[in-house]
Amino acid sequence: MIADLGAYLVFFLVVALYYALLCLGLNLQWGVTGLFNVGVAGFVAVGAYASALLTGPGSPDHWGGLELPVAVGWVGAAALAGVCALLVGAVTLRLRHDYLAIATFGVAVTIQLVALNFTKLTNGPFGIVQIPRPLAGWARTPVGRNVLYLGLVVLVVTAIYVGLERLVRSPWGRVLRGLREDEAAAAALGKSPARYRLEAFVLGAMVMGLAGAIYAHFIGFVAPEDFLPILTFQVWTMLVVGGSGSNRGALVGGILVWGLWSASGALVATLLPQAMQARGAALQVVLIGIALAAVLLCRPRGLLGEEAVVSRHVRT
Amino acid sequence: MSWLPFLVDGLLLGSTLALGAVGLTLTYSILGFANFTHGDLITWGAYFVLSLLLAWTAATGGGLGRLGPLSFGWPFLAALAVAMILTGAVGLALDRVLFRPLQRHGAQIVLVIASFGASLALRYGLAFVYGPEPAYYTREIQLAAPVVPGLPAVRATPDQLFVLGLTAVLVVGLHLLLTRTTLGRAMRAVSENPALARMVGVDPLAVARWTWLLGGALAAVAGVFVGLTVQVRPWLGFDLLLPLFAATILGGVGSVYGAVLGGLLIGLAEAFAVPLVGAEYRAAVAFMVLLVVLLIRPRGILGTHE
Repeated sequence: MIADLGAYLVFFLVVALYYALLCLGLNLQWGVTGLFNVGVAGFVAVGAYASALLTGPGSPDHWGGLELPVAVGWVGAAALAGVCALLVGAVTLRLRHDYLAIATFGVAVTIQLVALNFTKLTNGPFGIVQIPRPLAGWARTPVGRNVLYLGLVVLVVTAIYVGLERLVRSPWGRVLRGLREDEAAAAALGKSPARYRLEAFVLGAMVMGLAGAIYAHFIGFVAPEDFLPILTFQVWTMLVVGGSGSNRGALVGGILVWGLWSASGALVATLLPQAMQARGAALQVVLIGIALAAVLLCRPRGLLGEEAVVSRHVRT
Repeated sequence: MSWLPFLVDGLLLGSTLALGAVGLTLTYSILGFANFTHGDLITWGAYFVLSLLLAWTAATGGGLGRLGPLSFGWPFLAALAVAMILTGAVGLALDRVLFRPLQRHGAQIVLVIASFGASLALRYGLAFVYGPEPAYYTREIQLAAPVVPGLPAVRATPDQLFVLGLTAVLVVGLHLLLTRTTLGRAMRAVSENPALARMVGVDPLAVARWTWLLGGALAAVAGVFVGLTVQVRPWLGFDLLLPLFAATILGGVGSVYGAVLGGLLIGLAEAFAVPLVGAEYRAAVAFMVLLVVLLIRPRGILGTHE
């Protein structure tokens, strides 16, 4: 019983950290820079498929299967998601907030269509299987392998968290927040809004792509239904609940909302009869939606709102 | 002439998008935010009619009757009218509990995020109550017959002709409302210049209320069109969201005629793209059109300002 619980906790934490990483990416884009990305699921899908195809075994059903090391897959995932963001951002970042939201929503829908229909690349609805797990040779039991993977994910998330914290507090991060608050003022100081926005957008998307790869190598299987629009809205809810603008808020929101989601899922599974399970899952999403609206109404800062960041030169 | 068979298909989708986009463009310009719940208002309209018809057959034990060659009778039209009011009321309720309180805080962009949440709740609420399986208003099978003399490839069923006819009637009615009534003039005034409209005595809250009612009512009709010509599913409106936004921006945000034109153009573009790119990529067509419009003419065809 205790062992089962521990095994579940490891599984839970890996997935929670996957969401937390997505929140960190979105926080750089929305929380810090004010870029309205409604295409999160699309960039995650690009990363997941990229790493799966780079590292997975060959298959007669689809291209890819290069059997490269997992590290190459992860770098490739971040790079390809970044390239996608560069293309999308170059076209859409000069638009108004709400047009950017609509355009990125369209990007995610289109990527979902490609995942579903470009079967030579993605194997269509059947998805890509047998995605290798890094460090798998070091542990003998499945639980041991999960623990090892959790350790690896903790390292990656910590590194990215520390990196983003430093970036956000750097002069570069101050420009991003300046652009978010008052574009004209930032531009008057000689900062190019287009360039800084694009940098933040691409970097955020790279984090999302990496998160996608982490998910793919954990589950060992990716399919189009892993990246439905609901994923985007879940991540938005997590960030808003945790506190948009704060990297700590992003981490806390991701883990906390995933915890609530899992708990309500377990409740649905035990309380409802088999025939009602699908409907119970729908009720979970209803609650997520209401939670998002309620937080915006009652506590717009989220749990941990953005802290005031002042340059150390000014402080001393 | 190989594209002719797709003409009716495109006009049908175009009619649905036109009515949906009118509501979207009105809320966009008068209330000032991109409302992601609009697709789900469309779905609620479709499900209101489904529920009313189920209640009607349960209460009377009778069928839905028939009007000439159509697959439905008066109960269906009555249900449609009631559903229009109910869907408008859903829009009003959303405004009351969510959007108006948020608007008082400022920051329009927060309204868009809030509309994500409301959209999830509305959509999955239907999936919870009705289950994910598709439903149909009637089980009747209609045959498509040639409708234009001399063009045998253009075929439509009586129900499809009803959809096209009702769209035309509603668009003309909307034109009269916007040009001949005080309410219509007030709506156009708030859409073009809210500050000036307030100065000449237009009550923006009253205009906002009518905007929700009107947008919701038209959304309900759009949803019923999908239910009548395709099927009723909890995602039917959400799947229309991208083409709806594309139609709204193509026509020009705030322009009602632009929304109708944009809806028809997107509907035809999707239908005519099917023989070119295949049905599976059909949904990406609206996105391509959207990108081209945003790149070349972000204010749209009939838009006055960006």
